[in-house]
Amino acid sequence: MENLLEIDNLTFSRSGRIIYDDISLRIVKGKTTAIMGPSGIGKTTMLRLMGGQLKPDSGDIRFKGESIQSMSRNRLFTVRRQMSMLFQSGALFTDMTVYDNIAFPLREHTKLSEAEIKTLVLLKLQAVGLRGAADLMPAELSGGMARRAALARAIALDPELIMYDEPFAGQDPISMGVLVKLIKALNDALQLTSVVVTHDVTEVLTIADYIYILAEKKVIGSGTPEQIKQSDSPLVQQFLKGHADGPVPFHYPADELELTFLGAK
Amino acid sequence: MQWLANIGRSAIDTVGSFGRAFLMLMGAIIAKPQLIKNTPLTIKQIYVVGVQSLLIIVVSGLFIGMVMALQGYTILVGYGAEGSLGPMVALSLLRELGPVVTALLFAGRAGSALTAEIGLMKATEQLSSLEMMAVDPLRRVVAPRLWAGIISMPMLAIIFSAVGILGGHIVGVDWLGVDAGSYWSIMQSSVDWNKDVVNGIIKTVVFAFVITWIAIFKGYDAIPTSEGISKATTETVVFSSLAVLGLDFILTALMFGIE
Repeated sequence: MENLLEIDNLTFSRSGRIIYDDISLRIVKGKTTAIMGPSGIGKTTMLRLMGGQLKPDSGDIRFKGESIQSMSRNRLFTVRRQMSMLFQSGALFTDMTVYDNIAFPLREHTKLSEAEIKTLVLLKLQAVGLRGAADLMPAELSGGMARRAALARAIALDPELIMYDEPFAGQDPISMGVLVKLIKALNDALQLTSVVVTHDVTEVLTIADYIYILAEKKVIGSGTPEQIKQSDSPLVQQFLKGHADGPVPFHYPADELELTFLGAK
Repeated sequence: MQWLANIGRSAIDTVGSFGRAFLMLMGAIIAKPQLIKNTPLTIKQIYVVGVQSLLIIVVSGLFIGMVMALQGYTILVGYGAEGSLGPMVALSLLRELGPVVTALLFAGRAGSALTAEIGLMKATEQLSSLEMMAVDPLRRVVAPRLWAGIISMPMLAIIFSAVGILGGHIVGVDWLGVDAGSYWSIMQSSVDWNKDVVNGIIKTVVFAFVITWIAIFKGYDAIPTSEGISKATTETVVFSSLAVLGLDFILTALMFGIE
């Protein structure tokens, strides 16, 4: 199995707080890898590191064997044409129609004629079921539709790697089902490599080939969905089953109760 | 000792943000010019920041000209010098009020809009998504807006002064009865092209650059929350207004101060 993206001994901190401490990940070509973990542990940060928007303090991130953090800005921009990212908010350009949003990367990076671009855009929109919404503005779309439109834009240039930032967050069950089906179908049809960052356990277990669970700055569990379900780590089990208290405590660290309510002991 | 640390921290923050502002400017203007791609974007921005500011500029210019004629007339008529109303109105507008008032209006009307727009683009991850699509937001978003500001504001200031002179004419000549011939001819003989008109335009170019730079940087550097964007928008108007008034003094001293 060939690795499209390799992360070795990554350490990253922001404003003095360590986010990741010596993490290693492998993203296998043609597979869907899920990165899971509780909110607030910097899953989105991981995607930004993979896309070269942030630089790690130490460690190495390689895309097709080439180190991302030591690339020049020009080289990085060239490499980014092979990857794309679906942002949590969709990040559609609000001043353009859905059609122009999806045509945008094609107009920027290819020399295709407008007629060819039209064919491509409508094909991509058809793939996500929004051909009829081509002339709408992003503000007129529902949350689920906006995310599908953003997905069409993300696959416009036929990238090799696509990164999904919380694709299911805040979606109703139907949109969620549609997105799960889409991600799966795109992966199979286009031979894409996908990285899905999420905390929606059930959805991920159905689409991921391999799962990493991050917590407390480390990878606390990894494996296929089956291996993860069988994991004996209490932290992994707490996360999968959604228990309120456990290794990830319910209470944010604070002074002892007596100290707060009764004054000095 | 805490206050000393606070002073130090805010000094470091200020210097840091000057550095980031400079880097942003360099990234936006020092780049291989992409005329075919960027010209339509710049024209669209000129429409947004320039053409859409026209109404407020014309109305303000008209009223400022009218008020100056009214005030000037009541003073000048006491010395029997109401014939000098034309040059008074024209010189004040061309040298000072045109550039400065236009700049203040421009900061409030266009500067705040630029900051809010770019700040929201940042908050909704549009800037990040441009970057991930291998499109440099500095060239795609920042550069066209910067050029649009620098191109449109001097034109707005010229329109402001012209409308103001007409406003002065309406009040001074049509209403208060100053002789139209002396209003225009004394104005023509006392306004100097280089000293008054060109210097005024130089001022507006400097103001335009500073306001647009501050506005864009504040948006680009905003903390991407509703609170952060509101703070950035306020700072744009406050900082650019203060910068305009301060720079106006320096420029006036350089241009007219020492004969």
